[in-house]
Amino acid sequence: MQTPVLQRRALLRALLAGGAAAGVGAMALRPATAAACTGNGQRVVSIGGAVTEIAAALNAMCRIVATDTTSLYPRAVFDLPRVGYMRALAAEGIVALNPSLVLVSDRSGPEAVLRQIKDAGVDLRLIPDDPHIEAIAAKIIAVGEALDLKAQATALATAVDDDIAALRAQVAGLKSRPRVLFLLSVARAQLMAGGADTAADAMIKLAGGVNAVNVRGFKPISAESALDVAPDAVLMMHQTLDAAGGIDAVLALPALASSPAARNRRLIAMEGTYLLGLGPRVAHAGRDLAAALHPEAALSALPERAWALKG
Amino acid sequence: MAVVISTSPAPGMIRERAPLMLLALLAVLLVSIVLAIGSGASWLSPGRVIAVLFDAVGLNIAPVELRDQAVVLGIRLPRVIQGIMVGAGLALSGALMQGLFRNPLADPGLIGISSGAALMAAAAIVMGAPVILWLALPKAVMPFVLPVAAFAGGLVATLLIHQLARRDGETEIATMLLAGVAVAAICMAGIGYLSFLSDDRQLRDITFWTLGSLGGSSWRSVLATAIFLLPVLAAAPLLANTLNALILGEREAGHLGINVERHKKLIIAVSALAVGASVAASGIIGFVGLVVPHLARLMLGADHRYVLPGAALLGAALMLVCDLVARVVVAPAELPIGVVMSALGGPFFLWMLRQRRALTMS
Repeated sequence: MQTPVLQRRALLRALLAGGAAAGVGAMALRPATAAACTGNGQRVVSIGGAVTEIAAALNAMCRIVATDTTSLYPRAVFDLPRVGYMRALAAEGIVALNPSLVLVSDRSGPEAVLRQIKDAGVDLRLIPDDPHIEAIAAKIIAVGEALDLKAQATALATAVDDDIAALRAQVAGLKSRPRVLFLLSVARAQLMAGGADTAADAMIKLAGGVNAVNVRGFKPISAESALDVAPDAVLMMHQTLDAAGGIDAVLALPALASSPAARNRRLIAMEGTYLLGLGPRVAHAGRDLAAALHPEAALSALPERAWALKG
Repeated sequence: MAVVISTSPAPGMIRERAPLMLLALLAVLLVSIVLAIGSGASWLSPGRVIAVLFDAVGLNIAPVELRDQAVVLGIRLPRVIQGIMVGAGLALSGALMQGLFRNPLADPGLIGISSGAALMAAAAIVMGAPVILWLALPKAVMPFVLPVAAFAGGLVATLLIHQLARRDGETEIATMLLAGVAVAAICMAGIGYLSFLSDDRQLRDITFWTLGSLGGSSWRSVLATAIFLLPVLAAAPLLANTLNALILGEREAGHLGINVERHKKLIIAVSALAVGASVAASGIIGFVGLVVPHLARLMLGADHRYVLPGAALLGAALMLVCDLVARVVVAPAELPIGVVMSALGGPFFLWMLRQRRALTMS
């Protein structure tokens, strides 16, 4: 949780840095607040965490009239009504908001509801939303086109891709490839690990780690097989770490107690939407994760970006 | 058997009241229909709703906006009709099952229809896409895979249980009950394994599907449901006397000149069709099939000539009211209807129970 004062200080810092940075033009370091928003009369319902984050990064937050329960960043989304979980949408509720545009992650549903929204004459755009780093630029361009902010979207996509490339270049030079175990939950001492085709897997690779488990999707792993996994580091979301009782409680679990991660007390916790959002903040999240995974290396910071400010 | 009889209060009084009660239930259903069509997340004045409805039958009394039309004709009306059919179908099947099994806890889930349907629906959610790819079927069949699979699953499970319970050409009701419990357990194991295989997105789909929803009802799904629900609505009046006779016992019913075996099969078949179609269209909506028949008996007595139509009317009305609450209270989002159903229906049922006790004690 950040206090308003801290937030303002961060904004101020960003604005000052923005004056100096040439970067990607005027939009680069403007914070994603309503004040800096370019409205065009569109009323947008934005569904999907990354989709909303991109719209905000394109300074279109003020056009958004509602989001879904997976949209948790930036903070302005908490002032907006929510249309429910992205896989369980309701047609009439969305149509009732009288939107001119509905942006939906292509992971949303049910399909019958999406069809009903289209049949009501609402412009509904499916945004490709695969859990891969390479898919982010296309996601940004698709949102930009729908919002009629093509130039800004191209600039944003280029900036994000540049940051990703800069991070990858640094990571490629690192020697160590720690084996990382991502834990979605550890409730009742049952470990739920993130395998291939998850946002967690993409982030681990981006940060120069190796996924310690060899499964697809999020799968429960038994305590015994976790012993064999013997990860060098454990990665979690803040939310689940707190619920599990903190670093020491998790590393003391029988499944992890004898692992190198527990020996070296290497449990990395990051905010959920930041770590797994796969939106414009991906490179910064990847850089933070890389720094935590490779404490021996001195990674240089990525350029400060307005869309990657805390808050 | 004894329990069924004991849920009917002071018989004489009820019998005189029953036809009036049925009329009252019909009125309740009509009011629910008007409310359900007239309200929702988007506020439309009654005038605009009426204009759209008249426009749909070719009478243009006022200019109609596309969006109003989409809301009333594209979203609400199919949903309301679906709700009536599913509510009536589930309640009627429940009443038939309780009468047939002479067991107050019998419901459509008991003879495996729901669990078979749920297993196949989960399979469709998790493995539907690759199977379609493998069979090289066009992508357009995707929306049909889940309902067809669920329907087939319900039917196959019912047939299997029925087969298991047959001996010397007769269906043993007690065996069927137990076989139903066992098959349901096997299906649950299958669903558990499928949720293990699924990715988190499929898992959420399975969860939401098992909570039930009338959202996404379309004219196409209304038509598909109607085809399979009409037989149960048509057969129910024919079965009322059979069920009344069955209260005495199977052999006694046979002595009364009823072809018990044939009617048993008919009851099982129409229930399987009705429940399979309901589950395929709207997921698993509990409570209706189990409790509405009891409510109907509390209001109308034990005579199935009243209980069956009463259960159908009450099931439909309850479904509409709960769906209305589900889509309005957290707008623009929606609650799963099962949550509302149990939250509203449970206390109502308890209240009815207390009422009846007061009635029989006085």
